[in-house]
Parts: sequence; C-alpha cells; structure tokens
Amino acid sequence: MVLPESRVLDTTLRIAPFVVRVRSPFASVLAHLEFFYRDCEKPQKAFIDFDIRLLPGLGAHRFWRPQARFLVDDQNPFLPLPVNQAAPMFEWGLNWTIASRSLGFVVFHAAVLEKNGNAIILPGFPGAGKSTLCAALCHLRGWRLLSDELAILDPVSGMLIANPRPISLKNASIDIVGQFPGARVGERYLDTRKGTVAHAAPNLDAIENASQPALPRWLVFPQFAPGEGHQVSPVSHAEAFALIGEQSFNQERMGEIGFRALCTLLGNVDCHQIEYGSTSDALELVAQVTQQD
Amino acid sequence: MNRASLLELLKHPQRTTALSPNGWTEFIATARNANLLGKVAQRLHEAGVAVPAAPLRHLEGARLLSERQHHSVAWEAQCIDATLAQTDEPVVLLKGAAYVLGRKAAGVGRLFGDVDVLVPPGSLGKIEIRLMAGGWTQMKSEEYDQRYYREWMHELPPMIHVRRGTVIDVHHTILPLTARSHPDADAIIAHSIPLPGYRSLRIPCDEDLIIHSMCHLAHEGELHNALRDLDDINSLLSEHADSPDFWGQLGDRAEHHDLAASVALCLMLVRQFFDTPVPESLVLRLAGADATAIRRLTRLYDVAIVPDPEGRPPLRSLAAQLLIYIRSHWLRMPPRLLVQHLSRKAWQRLTLASGTSPKNKQGA
Repeated sequence: MVLPESRVLDTTLRIAPFVVRVRSPFASVLAHLEFFYRDCEKPQKAFIDFDIRLLPGLGAHRFWRPQARFLVDDQNPFLPLPVNQAAPMFEWGLNWTIASRSLGFVVFHAAVLEKNGNAIILPGFPGAGKSTLCAALCHLRGWRLLSDELAILDPVSGMLIANPRPISLKNASIDIVGQFPGARVGERYLDTRKGTVAHAAPNLDAIENASQPALPRWLVFPQFAPGEGHQVSPVSHAEAFALIGEQSFNQERMGEIGFRALCTLLGNVDCHQIEYGSTSDALELVAQVTQQD
Repeated sequence: MNRASLLELLKHPQRTTALSPNGWTEFIATARNANLLGKVAQRLHEAGVAVPAAPLRHLEGARLLSERQHHSVAWEAQCIDATLAQTDEPVVLLKGAAYVLGRKAAGVGRLFGDVDVLVPPGSLGKIEIRLMAGGWTQMKSEEYDQRYYREWMHELPPMIHVRRGTVIDVHHTILPLTARSHPDADAIIAHSIPLPGYRSLRIPCDEDLIIHSMCHLAHEGELHNALRDLDDINSLLSEHADSPDFWGQLGDRAEHHDLAASVALCLMLVRQFFDTPVPESLVLRLAGADATAIRRLTRLYDVAIVPDPEGRPPLRSLAAQLLIYIRSHWLRMPPRLLVQHLSRKAWQRLTLASGTSPKNKQGA
C-alpha cells in the first residue's frame, strides 16, 4: 500500500491551466496518476501553482484504521479520510483548491464541453445526471471535455478555461459509462461519503487541446426524471443567474468583477432546462438545443 | 524560501525580476503562508514590476481578494455604525479594520477576517444587546467559554452576524483582565479620532494604533502572522519616521500604557527585520533595566520566526516557538489560573473527542 522509499511519488504535472506538484507515499495515488494523467506534460522547470501532498494519518492513524491526509501548500483543509480513498481525495482536494484559491477566475459547479469553438455548460445539481451526460457527450457525440466539475470563467476574456480531469462517476452511472465506446474507467472506491465512486479518463483530445478556451453559448440545466418522458423548456436569464449563483464557489468573493462576468456570460448564452429518462433522450435534447449532432 | 530572502523581495520588489520559475514558486508559497501575499502583490503592482504570467495569476488574485475584503469591511463598518449609533458610545476600530478605514499604508493589500472594536467597559451590556438586536449572535455557547471570555479575557465572546456571516470581536480593554500589564483603554478611547462619515466609529490616534499592534504581537503565542504584523508596524512607523517629535511621543505613550518592554521588543524586531530607522535612544529608554532580557527575547523571536511552506522548521525554531507560546500565557494569566484553564480545556477536549467538525482555515 505504501511505496518503498525509493519509489515515493514526487511528480509535477501540467493539469491545465495549472501546474501541480504531487507527492505521496501511497501506491494508490501513483496508480491513479499513471492511469488518468498519463498524457499530461511533466514540466521540469515550471512555476508550481499547487503543491499537493497526500500523507499518512497522524499518530495511531498511521497503523490503526489508517488514514490519508490532504495538504496543499502546507494547508490542511479537510479532515483525514480512510487510506483507501487517498486517490479520490486527490481529486476532491484539487477541486477544492481550484475553487477556493483566489486566482481571478469565477468558478462554479458545472460540466463544460465544447464543439466548433462553442461551449455548453451543464450546472451540477445533485442527482441531475450531469456527469453521465457529460461522459456521453464526450464518448458518443464527440464533444471536447473542458471540465466535468468546475466551470472556470475568465472575467477578462469571457471565455471558459479547460481543466480536463477524470469525470467522477457515482453508483449506477459507473456501469453505464463503462459501456461507452472508448471509455476508460478506473478503480472503484466503495463506501465513500458519496457511495461507490469511480472515474472515467478524459479523451486525449481534451488534454491535447486544453490550452484552447471556449465561448459560452448554451446553458442547460439537466434534470434526470426516469419514466417522465423528455422535454426542453426555456429558463429565464434572471432565474439562470440565481441558479448559477447557488452553484458558484467564489462569486461572492469575486465581488463586482464576478457579478459582471456572470452577467456577460448570461448575455451570451441560451438557457434551457432538459428533462429526460434515458441517456439517448438527453443526447437528443442537447442536439435539439445546440443544433449540433 | 527563507525569511531574509522573503523580506528582501518585500522591501525591493524590483529584485523579483531575477527569480527563476522555482524561485517564484517558493516566493509565492512563502508569502501566502506568512499571510503576506496581498501586500506582496500590491507592492509589486505599485512598483510596476513585470511578473511572469503564472505567478501573476496568484498575485492578481490576492490583490483582488484584498480589494474585495476592503469593500466588505467598509460595508460591515456601515452596518456596525448604524446598529450602534443609538447607544451614543464611542466605538473604536482596532487592527486591520482601523488600518483600512483610516487609510493607513499598513492596510494596503492586507487580508483579514474579523472586525475588532474597543468600547468603554461600562457600555458593554448596552452594546451587546444592540448587536443582538441587529442580528449578531454568540458563537460560543458553552457556559465555560462564556465565563472564560467575560471574567478573564478582554473581550466579549466573538459574535457572528446571522445573515452576513461576519464576525465582530468586542473588546473592553486591550489585554486580558488577568494579564500583568494594564494598558489604559480609557485613554485610547479618549484620544481616538472620529472616522469621517460615521456616527459612532473612531480609530485610535497613530501612537496608540502602533502600540496596540505591538502589544498584540508581544502577547501573542502563535507566530503565524508575526511577519505580517511586523510589516504593519513598519508601515505605521514609517509614516512618522521623519517627524522629530514622534519617537518621543511614542515612548511617552508606551510608558503610559505600561507597555514599555513590549514596545521595546517590537522596535528591536522591526529594526532588525525591516531596517526601520528606530532611534537607539528610544529603545534604551523603554528597555531600561530590562535591556539584556529584551535583547535575549529579540533573539528568541529571531530564531522562532521562520516562514516555511513545508512546515518543518528546525528544532531550535520549534523550541523557540514553544518558549514564546508559554511566555504568552504566562503574561496573560497568573499560573494557578492558567493551570485551571488548560486542564479544563483538556477535559472539554477529551469529553468532546468525537467532535469532528471540518476545519476551515483557508487563506488567500
């Protein structure tokens, strides 16, 4: 479980738009990075945005019910988790870091994908089916993944910035996504706070084109409603603003700049809600809204 | 990055042009850990230094956050003023809020959280009730915590606003009632200056503002913000360094507040760390018979203050930090009371061992 001294992980990855150093003695973290971040550049002499360490628990928790701790730049923002969740903890911790660090971006909870330069934003309300739909759009319809969890909006350019990382899947969605052509699903983590959790790797084009931002064009609120048929309904800009605000991690801290950036974004997008009972229905509705096949 | 390099770059922002990418990584991480990133960002911005794009994102982010916090603190001050104006009592802002609203150089780029105010002891009941009517509520509900603050400390238990989530610390004196020194809080209020545009809010006169900052640093057991506090003090002192009467007045005021030794210690530290032009005569006057002891204490702080993003200071620094921690408690409480307090807290911690609320100590 713990790597020998000579193989302890210390690597620096370009996880666009950031450079992240990861250090950990856990074999599971090394395996996670090798599986999901194998196509990332490993810059040798770059400025490091986030210096992350996943370390064994303190005191008795080194041996008894062993734990993993997440540290970023020597800050310890979370309580430790059971050691078998060290790898998903890296993803959760990196999400938290990107959302809470003041870096001049507006960050809100949504999946973002791009086609022909235009981006669709799928805000993430729990149970809405955002991640499954996001994986389906990547693997079945050829959309480029910008991010599955974090919409990163640059207030200066008004563009969405890509942060291609593993798509996080929960419970039933793991098997559904696993059957998509080209999907690579990693280790399953049982009994986490979110139930069973696994990740699907981003496509190579998502990593290779990560430096290209995308213009926000559609804002679509997915609503998974089994057995209810499927339909599209328009959402007013005012309502969309309030809903996005709820999903924003740092709009309040961004003050006037954040407010204006979201206003600009809403001025440029069509807002819809889609209700669907199956993945194929959802794909059809997205095609209808975006006029992209 | 070690302390000397951090301070050098803080003093001479132009020298950052020589930094390698790795140097920038260490500089940003160290400054963030010392709670100085906002100030560093502001100084580089003012000096017009060309910063590479990657670290610039962190600096501009910190500058944005600090501007946002200054807006927030101004709004919070309006709310406090509107709530407390009817009491007709003076409400003196302290520390960060006073620097920002008093437009001191020390406030520029500074990041902070709570608002601290000083009020006359006799008005405490009135002020607490007005704050509660205005939407502030007690954060500490334990009976022991309430008693600890009210009987032994120098402030009401911190109060949080139910809607805005902002925190106010209401002080009625400068140091705990149990402390060895007894600064004259009445005099701070009497010499305070009204803030234009507010009905009840005031800020301390500059000498008191400086002495309060020094008193706080010299009595504080944790050194996480020590460099930031010393930078504040350096900025405050530098505004007056050229005025011939200033240093003498500062000395008079320090003696009046029963804080000569604390002020002497901080003057020595700020001179050593920031090359502040502090007159030797003033240090000698304030240190008096304790000069040797204060010099030894200065060396202890010199060893203890190590901004280290890896969080692994050398053993002698850890030892120095522990001594300063013990000393701070020693200064604030008589030994018998201290033992009672610490054992009571330890017992609370044991009986509440399952208390696993998520920690949240995120900086910029």
